[in-house]
Amino acid sequence: MDGEELTAQQTALYDRQIRVWGVDAQKRLSKAQILVSGLNGTSVEFCKNIVLAGVGSLTLMDDRLVTEDALQANFLIPRDETVYSGRSLSELCCESLRDFNPMVRVLAEKGDLAQCEMEFLDKFDVVVVTGCSLKTKIEINEKCRKRAKRIAFYAIECRDSCGEIFVDLQNYTYAQKKSVGTAECHLSYPSLEDAILLPWRNLPRKVSKLYYAMRVIEKFELSEGRNPGELSNFDLPAVLKLRKELCDAQSLNESHVPETLLERILVAGPMLYPPVCPILGGILGQEVIKAISGKGDPLKNFFYFDAADGKGVIEDISNPSSI
Amino acid sequence: MDSDSKTEAIKRAKVLMVGAGGIGCELLKTLALSGFRDIHIIDMDTIEVSNLNRQFLFRQSHVGQSKAKVARDVVLRFMPQICITPYHANVKDPEFNVDFLKKFNVILNGLDNLDARRHVNRLCLAAEVPLVESGTTGFLGQVTVHIKGRTECYECQPKPTPKTYPVCTITSTPSKFVHCIVWAKDLLFAKLFGDRNQENDLFVHTGDGSDSVKPTDDIFERGLDEVPVQYGRKIYDHVFGYNIEVALANEETWKNRRRPRPIFLGDVLPEKLILQNGNLEKNCLTEDLSLSAMSSLGLNNPQEIWSLAENSRLFLEALRLFIERRGKDIGSLTFDKDDQLAIEFVTAAANIRASSFGIPLHSLFDAKGIAGNIVHAVATTNAIIAGLIVIEAIKVLEADFQNCRMTYCLEHPCQKMLLMPVEPFEANKSCYVCSETPLLLEVNTQTSTLRDFVDKIVKNKLGMSFPLIMQGAILIFEGGDDLEEDIAANYALNLDKVLTALPAPVTSGSMLTVEDLQQELSCHINIKHREEFDEEKEPDRMVLLGWTTPEKESQGVSNGENMAAAIPAAPEAINKSEEVVVTAEISRTKRKLSEMSEMTEVQEIFQILPDTDANNSMDPQEVEENDYDNDLIVLDENPEASKKRRLQ
Repeated sequence: MDGEELTAQQTALYDRQIRVWGVDAQKRLSKAQILVSGLNGTSVEFCKNIVLAGVGSLTLMDDRLVTEDALQANFLIPRDETVYSGRSLSELCCESLRDFNPMVRVLAEKGDLAQCEMEFLDKFDVVVVTGCSLKTKIEINEKCRKRAKRIAFYAIECRDSCGEIFVDLQNYTYAQKKSVGTAECHLSYPSLEDAILLPWRNLPRKVSKLYYAMRVIEKFELSEGRNPGELSNFDLPAVLKLRKELCDAQSLNESHVPETLLERILVAGPMLYPPVCPILGGILGQEVIKAISGKGDPLKNFFYFDAADGKGVIEDISNPSSI
Repeated sequence: MDSDSKTEAIKRAKVLMVGAGGIGCELLKTLALSGFRDIHIIDMDTIEVSNLNRQFLFRQSHVGQSKAKVARDVVLRFMPQICITPYHANVKDPEFNVDFLKKFNVILNGLDNLDARRHVNRLCLAAEVPLVESGTTGFLGQVTVHIKGRTECYECQPKPTPKTYPVCTITSTPSKFVHCIVWAKDLLFAKLFGDRNQENDLFVHTGDGSDSVKPTDDIFERGLDEVPVQYGRKIYDHVFGYNIEVALANEETWKNRRRPRPIFLGDVLPEKLILQNGNLEKNCLTEDLSLSAMSSLGLNNPQEIWSLAENSRLFLEALRLFIERRGKDIGSLTFDKDDQLAIEFVTAAANIRASSFGIPLHSLFDAKGIAGNIVHAVATTNAIIAGLIVIEAIKVLEADFQNCRMTYCLEHPCQKMLLMPVEPFEANKSCYVCSETPLLLEVNTQTSTLRDFVDKIVKNKLGMSFPLIMQGAILIFEGGDDLEEDIAANYALNLDKVLTALPAPVTSGSMLTVEDLQQELSCHINIKHREEFDEEKEPDRMVLLGWTTPEKESQGVSNGENMAAAIPAAPEAINKSEEVVVTAEISRTKRKLSEMSEMTEVQEIFQILPDTDANNSMDPQEVEENDYDNDLIVLDENPEASKKRRLQ
């Protein structure tokens, strides 16, 4: 990227990270426009990371008012009712985030991304969604894919002490570093809908159990008309029944979706285990930085972390013929 | 343990954080959000601009203030009901002794240097408090848990000590750019702008014997009517021209080495440019530290590699600006990586020397990284590591030791994993720190002095700051500033004696006990006399054994009586290091420490090949719960080290 050099201020501030990814990557970052819909423990971690990285702008969408649930694991909102009363999450988080890096434009946008016109998305290079239903996630993903300019799409979800990140970079070409020089690499990402439609019995045997668990929970929330996380232990029998139905339909043994895991997620409801948020938010931050800068192998296409075993795993849920 | 007792354990816990920097900021925030209520935090540093890209608790307005204090103030603003106690102090201070540490349930390190880590490790062992260690560099990071009696301690696998270079390599036979940087920084810069009274080996030549060319020291004195340009030219021609000619005269040195070429200013720059000053705005009231020769000359891109001519101009201009604008600093300046003019001068000098020796030139950006030992760092890795630290800390509080893990944060996935947990290793039975096994020292007891032993072994290798050295019940030496004069004088006398000539003679078969009271570490060393040592491989003329060595020894140790202090290492920029690639197989892995010079934050880096196995077999059979749920990667250490066994 020729033309504008980084300012002296930028060079001084970003010195340590320029030593990681180089000046060109930093320049690309400074032009990037990011949209985040849904503010919770993990997405605010991502916001902090991406603002520190020095993107062009970050737009937040979440009109909800502050609740106990919203405050959990959120360090952008002071625990002071006089400060937060009557103000939306996006407004409050916006204020705090601006402090982290005055060179980044941070904005709060009113409204619901699910209701937005498609053209609204054209302003952005990256869209991150969290805390919305499967239906909404799919819709927004589809809208992103229909635009002329490529919009990178990410969905992030954390329940209890585990979480999932979904990545869709559509058709992505980048220079992959080899032992000698670089080689051009093409990746073809499926949409969220296509990915989760892939028959379970065709997936690799050792696919993370979280993948299946999340799909069962998603389906349950959808069919019961629940908000994401609006769950409890009382739902266990119904969820197990749904698990059986899905596994039978998919010819997958139920042991791939352990009851203990489902129960954990149900009991937690909307709660998340705070130390997991910076882990997921950090991985997501890295991924978005990679996608914007065009440097580094982006993960394809799901990432799972579970504090129970401490592993952070990449799963490639895509049709082999499209790779 | 159910979630209520987990919450209770967290609420009641008293936690000590050491370090309020990159990891520290993320960690303090995450601890606060996770329900911790009583957090103490030690950090001796103040906030700098280059911290702000990741140490997100700090703002531009905080630059210069204490990290520990500001971190606390900022976190309290969003979590006012918790208790955070900051200490703007060095963790090595005596107030942070074993009794102090005993008050905590767990210690969490977010440090950036080996010395402090070793110190804290020893205190934790003595206090019997679990330690969670961590480190990050760029996209790599790791978290390890150390519990006395259950796991290895931080020093069970000795970490490579900071790299130092042989004096002759720096003064006479550089072969890498880093050698030129060390020369420019610790010799030339120090000579020109630093303390004149300090010994300086700028003029030591190999093969010169003890004959340093002292008379020419006067060259560095600037005459009253010597204008900066003249002075600069004189220095330039002397260090890059004349000195090289003198060195070339010694044929022996260059028999198998590429001959350097002398460089004289007149050959590099036309007279006009030599005399022409840069274009610094006369009324430009810049802060001392941002005064810049670069911008004065119109060299605006720090990423560019400038030519010999441009570097020469930079050298002269930087020198001129020091004299004309910062004259008051000359004679007392120490190199500071945030001193723009100093960086420019060192870059220019290093590049000219590099040119002379046929070594590739580097950009200012790269030179600064090397000269300033800069670790590249981003916020995301620190955030991830902080989350992992808190997860481990909570397990420790719950006494859930079975589930404690070492976790590696990788840049490239290993068996699909970006975050890889590993069971902690058992203690190393020959670790002198946690298992009290005696060490063996091979030394020439008739020629090595007590001072050699204290400096090279006790302080450098064993990391003891204020040691007591005893033979049996007889105290041979005591380090420390609080000794009475006559006692201290007595010890000082002992220092210069050879081992066999000490009041309690140390000979082959003697056993010395070395202790550091503050670290509560005691170590026994058996002495074995040896006549000969290899000059190159054993420059210390002492070999310490029984201490498992890392696979890659730091190459060369600074030697030579003339050195006022060991030349501190200036490592290659991390991204230029030769990373050792490790193959990972499911059942057996080999691991080598990557050959990085001083890794300030991460001591062990795993660079692992991407997955090759694409296991896509269809298998709808019953999956055993044990099948891949508890799949931990088992790493074998290098064969010589103790065998790893799963913890019971």
